[in-house]
Amino acid sequence: MPDHDAIRCDACPVLCYIKPGRTGACDRYGNQGGQLVRLDPHVVLDRAVSRGDSLVPFLERDRDWDGNIVSGPRTFVTAIGAGTTYPDYKPAPFIISSEVEGVDMVTVVTEGIFSYCGVKVKIDTDRHLGPERSLVRAKGEPVGHVTTSEYGSQMLSLGGVRHLTGGTRDEGNVTCETLLNLCNGKAAELTIDDGADVVVEAGKPPVVNGVVEERMRVGCGSATIGMFAKQWHGKIDDVVVVDDHITGVLSEHQAGKMLGIPETGIKMKGRRSTPGRYFRVAEPGTAWGGTNIREPLSILAPFNPKIAWAGLRLLMVSTTGEHYAYYELDDALRPMEKDLPDSLRLSVERIKENCEVALSTVIFMGGAGGSLRAGVTENPVKLTRSVRDSLTRVTCGGAPVYVWPGGGITLMVDVSRMPENAFGYVPTPALVAPIEFTLKLDDYSALGGYMDRVRPLSSLLNDEGRRHVSARAENPWPFEDNRRRSQS
Amino acid sequence: MRSRAQVRVLPDGRRLHLEDGPIDIVLQAFGAEDQIRRAYRSAVDRFVAVLDELCRELPLLREQVCFGGREPSGIIARRMFAAVMPYAEENFITPMAAVAGAVAEEILAAMTSSAALSRAYVNDGGDIALDIGSGERFVIGMVGRPDRPPLAGTLFGTMILDSNQPVRGIATSGWRGRSFSLGIADAVTILAKTAAMADAAATIVANAVDLPGHPAISRIAARELSPDSDLGDRLVTTAVGELTSAEVSRALGRGSACAERLIASGLIDAAALNLQGTTRVMAPVESPEMALSPGGRSLVYA
Repeated sequence: MPDHDAIRCDACPVLCYIKPGRTGACDRYGNQGGQLVRLDPHVVLDRAVSRGDSLVPFLERDRDWDGNIVSGPRTFVTAIGAGTTYPDYKPAPFIISSEVEGVDMVTVVTEGIFSYCGVKVKIDTDRHLGPERSLVRAKGEPVGHVTTSEYGSQMLSLGGVRHLTGGTRDEGNVTCETLLNLCNGKAAELTIDDGADVVVEAGKPPVVNGVVEERMRVGCGSATIGMFAKQWHGKIDDVVVVDDHITGVLSEHQAGKMLGIPETGIKMKGRRSTPGRYFRVAEPGTAWGGTNIREPLSILAPFNPKIAWAGLRLLMVSTTGEHYAYYELDDALRPMEKDLPDSLRLSVERIKENCEVALSTVIFMGGAGGSLRAGVTENPVKLTRSVRDSLTRVTCGGAPVYVWPGGGITLMVDVSRMPENAFGYVPTPALVAPIEFTLKLDDYSALGGYMDRVRPLSSLLNDEGRRHVSARAENPWPFEDNRRRSQS
Repeated sequence: MRSRAQVRVLPDGRRLHLEDGPIDIVLQAFGAEDQIRRAYRSAVDRFVAVLDELCRELPLLREQVCFGGREPSGIIARRMFAAVMPYAEENFITPMAAVAGAVAEEILAAMTSSAALSRAYVNDGGDIALDIGSGERFVIGMVGRPDRPPLAGTLFGTMILDSNQPVRGIATSGWRGRSFSLGIADAVTILAKTAAMADAAATIVANAVDLPGHPAISRIAARELSPDSDLGDRLVTTAVGELTSAEVSRALGRGSACAERLIASGLIDAAALNLQGTTRVMAPVESPEMALSPGGRSLVYA
């Protein structure tokens, strides 16, 4: 059916076909000359004063509003939908003044076109995703590479100028699309050379080779012994923490020895690494501790009758605390399963509690080039210095950023703290990201700002076509000083 | 964790605004503070799943319904299907004609089943589901031009709904609205027992307000505007020129006759039809109290 000139919008599952010059069912996305364009108006953040900062605290707060009035302006103009400084010499589209506790502040708002940008993706999984430096592909095109492993996580570096503009046209376009999807909170399907297929989406559990990661274990079996040995001491004679990687045994482990826990005569199957640490007690699987073990006693050989005693108490538990069993030895030194005593229940629950939900997280990283900075001031290096000296606060869509030390303004921001669909793209290809600079009006004047373009906040709020979005409660309010927040 | 849906409290601090794809809802609950909070939490919990649920069956929901045909499985989709079924024999109609009303009902149900409220409304782009506790009432304003902001003076009438009346759903349809219409009504507002029933009926009655073949009316195949519209090659209205009062009367007459049949068969409780500044109200005597603003020029009781 589809007309040749209609395009498919994938902003939501309705997947409208949109003809040129028309919008989809939502009236928020449209087809402009064959390109899918977000028609959302310029976004401003509202800080609700009467009932908390946003919906979440309003719903979750059980006490009523305490009567405090938030000081300073309650509206922050973001760069989302503001437009860019292109061509370079143009001042930023909005330079807004507002008064914060008696001080005149200015926020310079622009959408930056980032050719030098990418995302760092942290994937919580113990599975091997691929060798370091392997290419990461989307739709067959190289879009990034596997970088270091971190504790319990694998890191990918995607995008960057070499993939965006240094390769073939397809490579650039697919890279741009992948970055845009990840930054706007959509899923990306990635394939790693000599490695796994992964589906990542900011704030959602990763899917590795079709399997959803549920939880991060608190540590390997040996580490779990170390962490909980003290809590078990005196309440139990021996503990086995079953793990796909290293299974730990309390009485043999260094941690048990230090506490003076006596030998129990326990005998493990599998290959002993160092005392109390065993490799390969079973094959990987989906049962106990990521192994194929369904019957935990199957990994134990009979107890040594010279050492073990009748009534010996044994706990077997997985690294996530999801599986556990409690035994006492009978007169023939056979483990008999019994109900878990309350005194041990807490330690099992604590293991479980310490296993966090596995997530993919996406950090956007980009460098504000000279032309973007030229939209803020006629002397771009002064803006860099002002950011360095903490006189200028940088935000992306109102979300806090980390500015890398050293030259330039290279920043990182957690995309899930930004408003929805904050990113766009240009066909270069490059990503368009919102960026705001907030500083004192005096400082702005001193660094050569476009003083004749400064306009009061009130001049914007009466215009139509601005979209008001509640500020996220977890983000610091862009007008508030960090130092003051940490003191209060 | 971030979801596609957007949720925020409107600046008045009382109403909740929910947005996801084409769904745009403003709702409000009345009652004790903790109950309101509970109701809003339930509304959000339910809302975030609605669009994905509907889209899973979207192709089926865009098809003409017929007796014995394949029925959708989702709870909202089934409500849409049931609401349009009474019209299927004589009209082209798909479950999509009742989508907004059916979604409004679902969100309202999530609120009222989890909290004790005195009253509540869920307004899904003009299609409204109501909960009215005993002795409570709502005053509803009707806009003549759904495409314009309802500023003072643009209401063509108001009505008062109380808990003794059976009406719990209100819907408005017209060619200027967000959905396509086969007719020329600026706005047809329907009162019915449920929002989905009102939504389906508003589509049918707005389609009936028409002057077939009139040269001042521009129409185009729905597919030309929106390639995946459920209306396909059917001609939808894109412009209506100035009509004489006799023509307005004739078009409204067709619509009124349709509304009258629906009232008689118990599918709806009342209807208000608006075309180029002329309003007709079709309402049985015992039905809601409707008051027209001075602008309304004609008033008919069925």
